[in-house]
Amino acid sequence: MNVLDIKDLKVEFPGRKSVFVAVNGVDMSVEAGKILGVVGESGAGKSTVGNAVIGLLQEPGHIAGGEIFLHGKRIDQLPYKEKRLLRGRKIGMIFQDPLTSLDPLQTVESQLVETIRTHLPLSGKDAQKRAIELIDAVGIPNPEERIKQYPHQFSGGMRQRVVIALALCAEPELVIADEPTTALDVSIQAQILELMKKLCAERNVAMLVITHDMGVIADITDHVAVMYHGDLVEFGETTQVLGAPKHPYTQSLISAVPRPDIRVERFPVVNYIEEAGTPQKQIDISTHWLGKSRDYEKVTGPLVQIKDLDMRFETRGSIFPSRRKYFQAVKKVSFDIQEGETFGLVGESGSGKSTIARLITGLYHPTGGSILFGKTELTSLKNRKDVLTMRRQMQMIFQDPYSSLNARLRVRDIIAEPIKFHRLASSNSEVRQIVDDLLDHVGLGAAAGQKFPHEFSGGQRQRISIARALATRPRFLICDEPTSALDVSIQAQILNLLKDLQEELGLTMLFISHDLAVIRQMCNRIGVMRHGELCEVSDCDQLFEAPQHPYTRELLELMPSMELLSRANLESA
Amino acid sequence: MPYVSNEEAKAAVQERAGEPAAQGRLSRILDSDMFHSFLRSKVTVVAAIGTFILFLLAFLAPWVAPHNPFDLASISILDARVPPVWMEYADPRFILGTDDQGRDLLSGIFYGMRISLIVGFCSVIAAAVLGISLGLIAGYTGGRTDAIIMRIADVQLTFPAILIALLIDGVAAGVFGSIDREVFAFYILIVSLALSFWVQYARTVRGSTMVEKNKEYVQAARVIGIPAIIIMIRHILPNVMGPVMVIATINLALAIVTEATLSFLGVGMPPTQPSLGTLIAIGNDFLYSGEWWIAIFPGLALALLVLNVNLLGDWLRDALNPKLR
Amino acid sequence: MIGFATRRLLQAMVVMLVVALLAFTMFRFVGDPINQMVGIETSIEEREALRERLGLNDPIPVQFARFVTQAAQFDFGTSYQFRQPVSELFAKRIPATLELSFTSALFALVVGIPMGIYAGLNRESAISKLFLSVSLVGISLPTFFIGILLIFLFSVTLQWLPSFGRGEVVQVGSWWTTGFLTASGLKALILPSITLGLYQMTLIMRLIRAEMLEVIRTDYIKFARARGLPDRLVHFRHALKNTLVPVITITGLQLGAIIAFATITETVFQWPGMGLMFLQAVQNVDIPIMSAYLLLTAFLFVAINFIVDILYFLIDPRLRVGRP
Repeated sequence: MNVLDIKDLKVEFPGRKSVFVAVNGVDMSVEAGKILGVVGESGAGKSTVGNAVIGLLQEPGHIAGGEIFLHGKRIDQLPYKEKRLLRGRKIGMIFQDPLTSLDPLQTVESQLVETIRTHLPLSGKDAQKRAIELIDAVGIPNPEERIKQYPHQFSGGMRQRVVIALALCAEPELVIADEPTTALDVSIQAQILELMKKLCAERNVAMLVITHDMGVIADITDHVAVMYHGDLVEFGETTQVLGAPKHPYTQSLISAVPRPDIRVERFPVVNYIEEAGTPQKQIDISTHWLGKSRDYEKVTGPLVQIKDLDMRFETRGSIFPSRRKYFQAVKKVSFDIQEGETFGLVGESGSGKSTIARLITGLYHPTGGSILFGKTELTSLKNRKDVLTMRRQMQMIFQDPYSSLNARLRVRDIIAEPIKFHRLASSNSEVRQIVDDLLDHVGLGAAAGQKFPHEFSGGQRQRISIARALATRPRFLICDEPTSALDVSIQAQILNLLKDLQEELGLTMLFISHDLAVIRQMCNRIGVMRHGELCEVSDCDQLFEAPQHPYTRELLELMPSMELLSRANLESA
Repeated sequence: MPYVSNEEAKAAVQERAGEPAAQGRLSRILDSDMFHSFLRSKVTVVAAIGTFILFLLAFLAPWVAPHNPFDLASISILDARVPPVWMEYADPRFILGTDDQGRDLLSGIFYGMRISLIVGFCSVIAAAVLGISLGLIAGYTGGRTDAIIMRIADVQLTFPAILIALLIDGVAAGVFGSIDREVFAFYILIVSLALSFWVQYARTVRGSTMVEKNKEYVQAARVIGIPAIIIMIRHILPNVMGPVMVIATINLALAIVTEATLSFLGVGMPPTQPSLGTLIAIGNDFLYSGEWWIAIFPGLALALLVLNVNLLGDWLRDALNPKLR
Repeated sequence: MIGFATRRLLQAMVVMLVVALLAFTMFRFVGDPINQMVGIETSIEEREALRERLGLNDPIPVQFARFVTQAAQFDFGTSYQFRQPVSELFAKRIPATLELSFTSALFALVVGIPMGIYAGLNRESAISKLFLSVSLVGISLPTFFIGILLIFLFSVTLQWLPSFGRGEVVQVGSWWTTGFLTASGLKALILPSITLGLYQMTLIMRLIRAEMLEVIRTDYIKFARARGLPDRLVHFRHALKNTLVPVITITGLQLGAIIAFATITETVFQWPGMGLMFLQAVQNVDIPIMSAYLLLTAFLFVAINFIVDILYFLIDPRLRVGRP
C-alpha cells in the first residue's frame, strides 16, 4: 500500500493581477521504504508540492483542488490542529539550509526532547535516552557529549544530520526532504545521501526528495516525478525515466546535464526550454570594434604565471600581535595559464579558489608570492595608469546573477561604463552602437539596453554580465562559478556562449567551479584545490581517467553517478 | 540559493504580473506594487492628503491666514485671551480665539507650523547629508576611518537627541551671549538637531554600504578600475537610499517634535519668531486660569502634523521592507 | 566571560573619558569661569590670584587630569547661579529623578512587552491594529504635550491628581528622600511617570512586534512548525527567546533615555529633580552644573549599557560557547 498518494493536486497563489497556478493537477505516490524524487527547474512547483503535503503553504497560497492521502486517509482537508499533530508524528520534514534550520539559542538536546515529548508519551529521561539514540543513528560521534551542545558548535554537514534526527524523532511514516544537500559540499552531500538511503530502508520510511539535481535523483531515488511549470510531465521508475525519457522536456533536461564521464563540444539546445538566447544579429568579429585592436603585446611562455601565492585574512584583530588570529585562504599556490587555453580550478567551498580569482584581478592584495601577467608583475604595480592598463586586459564574470548588476542602472549604462571609463570609443554615439552590438552578440538583442536588470531572468542577467566583461576588450577572462546559480538548461546555454566567445576572440580563461562535471566540459587543464593548497594540476582527460592525488580520487568517487542518464542528443567531443 | 520553496512561486507570480513592461515613468509608478500597497492602505492615503494640506497651509501661511500675527499695528491687547467662537465672550474674527497678546491663534498656528516645518526640513537635510557622507566613507573604506567614525557615533548614541540639542544650545548661549541667541536661534537649532540626528543615517548607510560593498556589482566596478569615490556615489549611494528615505521621513517627525520640545523648554525659537512649541510654552502659563485653548490648539496642530508624517513613514518602512510583505 | 566583561569595561571607560573631555572643554572654554565666579568690582589682580589658585594657568593636560580626578570624587566645582557645590545640589535632586525614572521604566516594560508580544503573534487581529494605531499616536504626541493634556484633564478639570511637585517625601538614610511611602507622594508620581513612560512604552511595544515578525519568518521557526510543535512552544520558547536578544539592547538604550527625557517631564510637572536643575542651568549658562549633568547621565548610560551587554552574553550561547 502506498504511504502517500497525491491525486490531481492543484495549488494556487492569488496575486494582485492574476492567480498563479504553482501546481496544476499533479499525481504521484510513494511506498514505504522507497524514495520518490521530484525534480524540476526553478518555478516548476516542486517545493510547493512538499509544502502542500505537510500543510505549510505560505499565505496566500492554498490547495485549490485534488486530494492528498496518507495511508489511505485523506489529509488535505483536516482542521489546523489535526494537521499540526500529523507534522512530526506522521510526516517529517528536512529543509535545505542546515545553518538556519535550528534554533541558535537552544541546545540540540532540548530541541530533540521537546519534539519527542510533543509526539510520544515519554518521560523526560526516556526522551533524553531516545534523543541520544537518534543522534547516534544519524552518525554523529560522541552522542552523549555532542547533544549538550548548541547548533553553532556543529559543522554544516553535522547540522544537517541533526535536522534529519529531528525529522525522525517520532518515527514518521513519510519524510519530505526539500533540497536536502543543495547547501552542502560534494563530499558531505554524498554522506548525507547515503545516510538518508540507509535510514529509509532500515526504518521502512517513505521519502519524498525534492531537488533540482539530476545527480541526487540518479543516486538515491526509486521513482521520479519530473515537473515543469506546475505540470507533471513524466512519472515512473528512475532507471526508466532517466534512461529512456519519453517527454521532450525530460529529454532536453537530461541532455543539458553536464557529466563527468563524457565531454561534449556543445550542449544540445532543445527547443522545449524557454529563452534559449534566440540568435540575434551576429557581428563580424574581424571588422568590428570588439575584434579590432586586439593586438596586445605578444608573450612568450604562459600569459599568467602565479608563483607561491599566499593570502591570509585577519579573523580577529587585536592590538597585541600575539593575540591576532588569521585564516590562511591561499597557501603557496603556483600555476601557469597559457595564452588561449581554459584553465579550471575546482574545489569545495573554502578551498581558496575564488580568493585566487580576486587576487589576480586586484580585488585583494596578496600577503606573499607573485602574479605575472605577460611580463608585468601585478603585485607591485603602483602607477595608476599601469594599473588601469592591466585592469582593462582582464575581466571577471561573477557567480550571482542577481547581485552582479547594479539594480539602479539601465543595462545600457551598465555596459557603457567600462567603455567610457577606459575611453575605448571616440563618441557617445559610437559607445551606443557598441553597446547595442554587444547585447546582440550575447543573444539578448539591442532593445534590452533600455531595461533595468530586474526585468531579466538569471540566465539573461548572466549574459548582461558577459557583455559588460567584453566591453573592455579583455584578453583574459575569469569566470567564478558563472553558472552555479542557474538551472541546468540555462547553464548549458551560458556554457555554450562562453565556448563560442572564447573561440571567436581567442580569449584566455580561468574557469572556477565546484562542479567537476562542468569543469570537464569547459577546461583544457585543471587544478584541484583543498584548504588553500593546490593538490594537483593535470590535463583534463588525464585528471578524470588517471587522477594522481588521493583527494582528487576521493572527489571523483563521491560524484553522483550519471551512468543512468540517457545519452541521446549528445555528440561526444 | 535559487531553490527556495515558496519564494520561487512568488517570484514567478511577479515575473508574470510584470508583463508587458509598462512604458513611461508615470505609468510605471502607477503600476508598481508600491503604489498599490499605498492605495490599499486607506489610513496612508488619508495621512498623505492630510500631510499635503498641512504643508500647504504652513507654507502659504502669509496668504491663507486670516490675520498677520506679526503685524503689530493690527494687534490690540484688548483682544487678548478671547476664547474660540463656540464659547461665551467669543469674537467671530478669531475662530480659535487669541493668545495673551491678542494675536489670532489660528493664524499663529499657521505661521508657527511654517517655522516648525522649515526648521524640521533644514535639520533633516543637514543631518542626512552629514550622516550619509560619513556612513558611506566609514562603510566603504573600513579599517581605522570606520572605527573612528563609528566610535564617535556610539558615544553619541548613548545620549538622546534632546539632551545633545540642549547641551549644544547651552554651549552656544555661553559662546554667543544671550542677546545674540535670539538672532542665531534658528541656526543653533538646526545645527543642534542635525548633530543629534546624523548618527542614525550614518549607522544605517554604513550597514547597507558594507552589504553592498561585497556585492558583485561593486566588485565588477572595481575590476573595471573605477575609483572608490565614483563607486560610492554612482553605484552604492542609489542602492542604499531606500532605508534613508524611511529614516528621513520618521526623522522629520522627530525633528519637529524635538524642535517643539526645545522651544517649549525655552531654548528653541524665541517668542518673536514663535514655532508651535513656543506657542504651547506661552499657553502653558494660562492653563490653570482656564484659558486652555492657547496651549491646547497649537498642541493639537503639532500632534496632527507629526502623526500624519509618522503614518507616512510607517507605511514607507513596511513597503520598502521586502521581508514583511 | 571575564575576558568579555573586562573588554566591555575598558570600552566603557574610554567612553567616559571622551565624555569627560567634552565636559572639561565646556567647563574650561565656554565663557570665562573667573568672570562667572566674581563680582564686577573685583580687581584684575584679585582675578589673577584666583586664576592662579584654581590652577587655570596650568598646562591644559594637567587641568584635565585634575578635572577627572575631582570628578571621580564627585567634586564638580561650584554652581555659578547658586554659589553652592554642584555635588550637593545634585545629591538633593538625584532621588527625585531616579524614583520617577524607575516608575516610568517599570510602567513602560510591564505594559509594553505583553502588548508587543501579542501584536507580533497576532499580526492581523483587530486588537493588534488598535495597539499599533494607539502606539503611533503615542509616538506622535510630544512628551511635554502629553503632560499638558494630562494636567489639563486630571488636575485642572477633574482635580483628581496634583499637577506639580513630589508631594510629601520621607527621609530614608542620610540623604535619600522617597515619595514611595506617602499617599500624596504616590499620587504625585502617577501623572509624571505616565507622561515619561508612555513614549518608551510605545517604542518597546513596536520594537518587540517588529522583531517578533522577523523571527517568525526564519527557517528554524518554520522547521519547528514542521516538527509539529504546539504554538505555545514555537512562540514562547523559540520565537520570544530569539526576539529578546536585540530587544534587550535597544530596551537598555531606551531606559537610559528615560533619565534624559526626565528633563522635559520634570519641567512640565515642576518635579524637583536634576533634569529641572539642568534645564535651568542651560537657560542661565551655569556651565559647572551642565558639565556635571553630562558626566552623571553618561555614567548612568554607560552602566546600563554594561549591564545590557552582560545580559546579552548570558542569553546568546553563540557568544558564550566557542566553536570546537
